Amino acid sequence: MPNYTLHINGKERSVTADADTPLLWVLRDELDMVGTKFGCGIAQCGACTVHIDGVATRSCQMQVSILDDVKITTIEGLSEDGKHPVQEAWKEIDVPQCGYCQAGQIMTASAFLAENKNPSSEEIREAMHGNICRCASYNRIEKAVKVAAEKMS
Amino acid sequence: MKTQIKTNLSRRNFLKTSVLASGGMLIGFNFLQACKPEAKMPVDIASLNFNDFNAFIKISDEGYVTIYSPNPEIGQGVKTSMPMIIAEELDVEWNKVNVAQGALDTKNFTRQVAGGSQSIRQGWDALRQTGATAKQMLINAAAVKWNVDASTCTASKGTITNANGDTLSYGDVVKEAAVLEVPENVTLKETTEYTIIGKDAVNVDIDKIITGKPLFGLDYKAENMLIASVLRPPSFGQKLESFDDSKAKEVSGVVNVLKFGDKVAVLANSTWAAMKGKKAITAKWSDNKPESTKNHNKILTDILDGKKFNTRREDGDVNKAFSEADKVIERTYHSPFLPHNCLEPMNFYANVTADKVHLVGPIQTPQWTVNRVAQLLERKVEEIHCEMTRMGGGFGRRLYGDFALEAAEISSLASTPIKVVFSREDDMTAGTYRPAIKYRIKAALKEGKVTGYHLKEAAINGNMYGLIPNFFPAGCIPNYKVDTGNYKSNITTGAWRAPYTNFLAFAEQSFFNEIANELGKDHTNLVLELLQNVKGTTDKRIEYSGQRMEDTIKLVKEKANWGKKEEGVYQGFAAYYSHNTHVAEVAEVVLKDGYPVVQKVTAAVDCGIVVNPTGAVNQVQGGVIDGIGHAMYGDFSFKDGKPEFQNFDKYRLIRMQETPQVDVHFVQNDKSPTGLGEPGLPPAGGAVANAIHNALGQRLYSQPFVNQLKKSNVLG
Repeated sequence: MPNYTLHINGKERSVTADADTPLLWVLRDELDMVGTKFGCGIAQCGACTVHIDGVATRSCQMQVSILDDVKITTIEGLSEDGKHPVQEAWKEIDVPQCGYCQAGQIMTASAFLAENKNPSSEEIREAMHGNICRCASYNRIEKAVKVAAEKMS
Repeated sequence: MKTQIKTNLSRRNFLKTSVLASGGMLIGFNFLQACKPEAKMPVDIASLNFNDFNAFIKISDEGYVTIYSPNPEIGQGVKTSMPMIIAEELDVEWNKVNVAQGALDTKNFTRQVAGGSQSIRQGWDALRQTGATAKQMLINAAAVKWNVDASTCTASKGTITNANGDTLSYGDVVKEAAVLEVPENVTLKETTEYTIIGKDAVNVDIDKIITGKPLFGLDYKAENMLIASVLRPPSFGQKLESFDDSKAKEVSGVVNVLKFGDKVAVLANSTWAAMKGKKAITAKWSDNKPESTKNHNKILTDILDGKKFNTRREDGDVNKAFSEADKVIERTYHSPFLPHNCLEPMNFYANVTADKVHLVGPIQTPQWTVNRVAQLLERKVEEIHCEMTRMGGGFGRRLYGDFALEAAEISSLASTPIKVVFSREDDMTAGTYRPAIKYRIKAALKEGKVTGYHLKEAAINGNMYGLIPNFFPAGCIPNYKVDTGNYKSNITTGAWRAPYTNFLAFAEQSFFNEIANELGKDHTNLVLELLQNVKGTTDKRIEYSGQRMEDTIKLVKEKANWGKKEEGVYQGFAAYYSHNTHVAEVAEVVLKDGYPVVQKVTAAVDCGIVVNPTGAVNQVQGGVIDGIGHAMYGDFSFKDGKPEFQNFDKYRLIRMQETPQVDVHFVQNDKSPTGLGEPGLPPAGGAVANAIHNALGQRLYSQPFVNQLKKSNVLG
């Protein structure tokens, strides 16, 4: 199996994997970074969202072989101490129920807020539409994104 | 006035204490045994040890408290709310409490289940008594130290104070308290004295969730563990005739392929390799009875048209009521199968060795699973250790331990630790579905009143209504009958969030909306009028309270401004009692480009005392939105015995932009708390259907609503 060097959360990580292995499984199985979740495997649920060069991306669709010159950020690297404004807002609003989708929600929200500092409710709802929360904590997700935007402004 | 309670804790030895070698005090109690006063002793008292308990409180000599929450956490919040109840009566500051998930002890008759919204309702007394008993022991120990009467001492926020104003912290007296006798009488707090119950407590796992720490079954890893991807029969009831695994074995990372029953497991050293390996297998399956949604629909209709029913309740004479009626209304409602679609796909770890069986994973019924694994592997229950992880959703699916049995069998055959991991397609196509159901409801109207009500249910496999014929409107209508019939299918079916009522509530409350319109009455007033008939009933079978439902309906009318005149806004109402909680909801629909859009739902809930308001609101909001999502979009069908939906590209779950704002209000009272994981869901579909009728004049009789709206050309 070939060897790849990935830039993840500010560090260089070397992995051995088949070329078609999705980043999701490289993170979870090879690098023991299990914060990025498996939900559907076909980019429909958003549980596996990471940032690639700052853009919210479904890691289940990114083959390891094409990621050598991009910067990857996962939930583990979003902040050093869990105090990114989006993480703080999630805690303040007590968003999670089962909690499984929330890493993906946070990664989508943080990439969105980096581009849009003062979003409207409609923009938030559109930006978060791709992430399924099976427990339907959507009201709180929406509120937490607003609170995070205020914290970041 | 204080409530003196004689506990059943010490008498039955449900609670024991000991000094910890590391310093501090450990209090063990058998959570569910303590809940049942009639429960028998699990074992001989003399031989009791800490293995007999499934819940623990540890108080360190610095006064820090660790509570091992006994019930599985599926997102319903009990890992937070149950320890809150203990901490309240123990009287410690919530920020000094750490909560951990207890493991299942299989040596005795422990019973840990998350299901039916029962955790808080059943635990209320036991948890309060446990906390209060521990507090009294600490007070008693301090009194001995001071050489004063314990009744002159008080305790608050982890500190004991005597009449002279001297203080000792809990940590100062844990060693002494641990060896004292367990008191038989303790004083429970009045609700007005609560400082933890009724205050918002953030989810105890929040920091781990927002930073991506391992918590869930899918995150669990063990040394030398292989991942197992399982090929199951594509059609329910099919048999495996032969298979070719030569291509699978060529996939790098695949280490073993083995057949068990009618399934094939591919074992690999990574999830990706296991999934690829499974796809590379070609299998030949037996011919099968071709079940399809089309023939199910005919079968269910034939049951409703036929005469073979189980009568679940019968009051008066419905046929007489129909023959004497001014008008008879009859309607038929249909719902499809539904998969649970927990976002964390089913998975389970097993390591079967000669001396023990180690199981780890997300499961709502750990004890059932341990017993079944023991049977399957012909092992003693004592040799099996089951650890529960946090669950990425349950909704009923993780009551069924099929995935844990698969894991145990594969590990046993392969003699290696393995974790079974379902792909989303595996999860959706090898489900334990909410059964497809049809209801036919018939009502007799005479002189402005409902004089007769006859409900027939036809279901694939399990009958849902059969278990709850004593809900509304039983007791409200003099001539009343519930009949059920079913058809046995190979498709596996089971409980789905708010079993029995998740679809029934829509059918029933849509039907009452039609009756109200027919009688020229407001829907809420018709229900309030009917509820007067059940107040003061002597019928002990009646499960709901006319008064509490009335209070709940009045609250939702006030908060939703029911009957308001707002251009372009259409309201719909539904009220439903389930899982011991009364809920009433008002949905508001607007039309955008002619499409009905639910923009707001107001919910009023009577669940007794609200233990953790932030968690409670979250549960109700989630239940309402989940209810709307599945009523609007939840579709699942079979063709040639195979599910026609496999993943979220085709199967539609509600998403952010379809989500209304849900405004939640609680009826304020001092009654014992009841559960919230499920009761918010059932009324949602009915409230939305009634609002859509007001908006479009279109009655909805079939779920998912979008399909019926499309057929009637309301939606393009």
